[in-house]
Amino acid sequence: MSVYINKDTKVIVQGITGSTALFHTKQMLEYGTKIVGGVTPGKGGTEVEGVPVFNTVEEAVKATGANASVIYVPAPFAADAILEAVDAELDLAICITEHIPVMDMVKVKRSMEGKKTRLVGPNCPGVITPEECKIGIMPGYIHKKGHVGVVSRSGTLTYEAVHQLSEAGIGQSTAVGIGGDPVNGTDFIDVLKAFNEDADTEAVIMIGEIGGTAEEEAAEWVKANMTKPVVGFIGGRTAPPGKRMGHAGAIISGGKGTADEKIRVMNECGIKVAETPSVMGETLISVLKDKGLYDKCKTH
Amino acid sequence: MNIHEYQGKELLRKYGVAVPNGRVAFSVDEAVNAAKELGTAVSVVKAQIHAGGRGKAGGVKVAKNLDEVRTYAEEILGKTLVTHQTGPEGKEVKRLLIEEGCDIQKEYYIGLVLDRATSSVVMMASEEGGTEIEEVAAETPEKIFKEVIDPVTGLMPYQARRLAFNINIPKELVSKAVKFMMGLYKVFVDKDCSIAEINPLVTTGDGNVMALDAKLNFDDNALFRQKDIIEFRDLEEEDPKEIEASKYDLSYIALDGNIGCMVNGAGLAMATMDTIKHYSGDPANFLDVGGGATTEKVTEAFKIILSDKNVKGIFVNIFGGIMKCDVIAEGVVAATKQVGLELPLVVRLEGTNVDQGKKILEESGLNITSADSMADGAQKIVELVK
Repeated sequence: MSVYINKDTKVIVQGITGSTALFHTKQMLEYGTKIVGGVTPGKGGTEVEGVPVFNTVEEAVKATGANASVIYVPAPFAADAILEAVDAELDLAICITEHIPVMDMVKVKRSMEGKKTRLVGPNCPGVITPEECKIGIMPGYIHKKGHVGVVSRSGTLTYEAVHQLSEAGIGQSTAVGIGGDPVNGTDFIDVLKAFNEDADTEAVIMIGEIGGTAEEEAAEWVKANMTKPVVGFIGGRTAPPGKRMGHAGAIISGGKGTADEKIRVMNECGIKVAETPSVMGETLISVLKDKGLYDKCKTH
Repeated sequence: MNIHEYQGKELLRKYGVAVPNGRVAFSVDEAVNAAKELGTAVSVVKAQIHAGGRGKAGGVKVAKNLDEVRTYAEEILGKTLVTHQTGPEGKEVKRLLIEEGCDIQKEYYIGLVLDRATSSVVMMASEEGGTEIEEVAAETPEKIFKEVIDPVTGLMPYQARRLAFNINIPKELVSKAVKFMMGLYKVFVDKDCSIAEINPLVTTGDGNVMALDAKLNFDDNALFRQKDIIEFRDLEEEDPKEIEASKYDLSYIALDGNIGCMVNGAGLAMATMDTIKHYSGDPANFLDVGGGATTEKVTEAFKIILSDKNVKGIFVNIFGGIMKCDVIAEGVVAATKQVGLELPLVVRLEGTNVDQGKKILEESGLNITSADSMADGAQKIVELVK
């Protein structure tokens, strides 16, 4: 088991004929992901990388039976692409696109209420269930199959964590990048819930950063509901207030969203927080040992 | 993106949001002429910089006649204002807003922000105008009222009315306050604002409800569809290094330490700064080179880092995922040669083809220190800049 995606997930690529999408389609196919189709309006009927291209998501879903989509559409058109995936009633839409106007996401979020589709992202590296299915832009080879769930707001910091785990022989059940934007689809709590219910996940590593209060809310949820150990890391301890640190959502404003406050709440809620990013893996391993889960999680 | 107060007010006026009459002035003579044209008994001379706290720093003066306008304009133009938002170096005043004085009855606060928890725009209002809203929130949170706005309907009049009554706007002025709030919301949505803050909003002796100050910030990601807002951009208010970086799609934020950082990915870039600090070093900047650390990008990044004269050494921290470490190493070597880098350089590479990458660095004949982990690299650069 795993969360959100597995070897049977059938994926379409929205915006497949763009150069980034093409590159990553190739990478995903090499990883073994079932890419069953692509969508680029006006390019229907053609084929790229052996994958059929359709004009609309609806058409692609009808023809291929896809249940997930990955979106590489440029920012000005990304909100439209997300809602097209929602309209086609896909189970999952993963939006990689960065720099989507926040008002667009406010509307998308409202429009998705009560709909079937789960949105992951935008501005995220995607989701990977190692050795089964990779949807997004992460380097597949650093991931190893196993029992630790990873959830993160940051791309490269996730790779850093995953790499540390894999090097130490700790495989991952699924790694979910929820993205660095202030308004996103799936949040920490959604993913933590999914990991809590996933029989294959024994522990979770949660990587946050400055801005907003999502980590604090997630920590409170963990304290009240989570039956599995969670460790964490928060990036941006040294970030000055009022400056946006690369990610649209990574900003301390009005004294809110500081790393110290997040770390304080996480510690209070029983989440052990790594002091530096170099020890994210070590921190998790020490907790696994404490809880008697190390042998089970040592996968290779 | 930030704009000046006078530009914000210009925009508000177009949307029927009441603001005092005013004119921008770039020189003392222009300031005096502006006051003449306004023709009011009292006028206000306001420094225009992209930072709050101008009043306390002596950047806002009330002039009772044209001579006083001249005196204050001479005093403020060219002056460097230091406020809690400018940093210790302050900001030089190059523009003034000359505005008609008004008979203030009471000051209020109105603000629109994105609320992440509800993924909605929220309007906040308080009768504690004139003070920082964060202060009000900390001391008397019960005096802040909020309305969560549904993007489908927009701000509804009942919500605006409720806010107006809650903050005790005199009842004969409530309809004017409602009109004000509705207009402000429309500006916010139409122009892709990220913040619209009116502090203070005032009621006046002649029965008006108007914005005495206006702070409008805009969503950078939406500027592609806001051509008229881009016109408002004042490059002199921005860090030249940050402007240069944005040309090359590099995300750069200047800080005040002496260790230049170049990292791929925003999260890793923040974490790198944290690690440097953890080992008692001081990062000079945040710099995300993005996914593709090509020779060209690395070269530009080096140039920008080196244009900061405080920098005594550089730490490059790259997690090569899709982009392979050997390719990145070649880029770093080429860029180092191109800019003739003489400062200590520590490079930490991890990921695909890391061994080839390290080999390229070692065999380059350049003075590059290789690091095995982020912590190792941070310790090495901290040691080297001592």
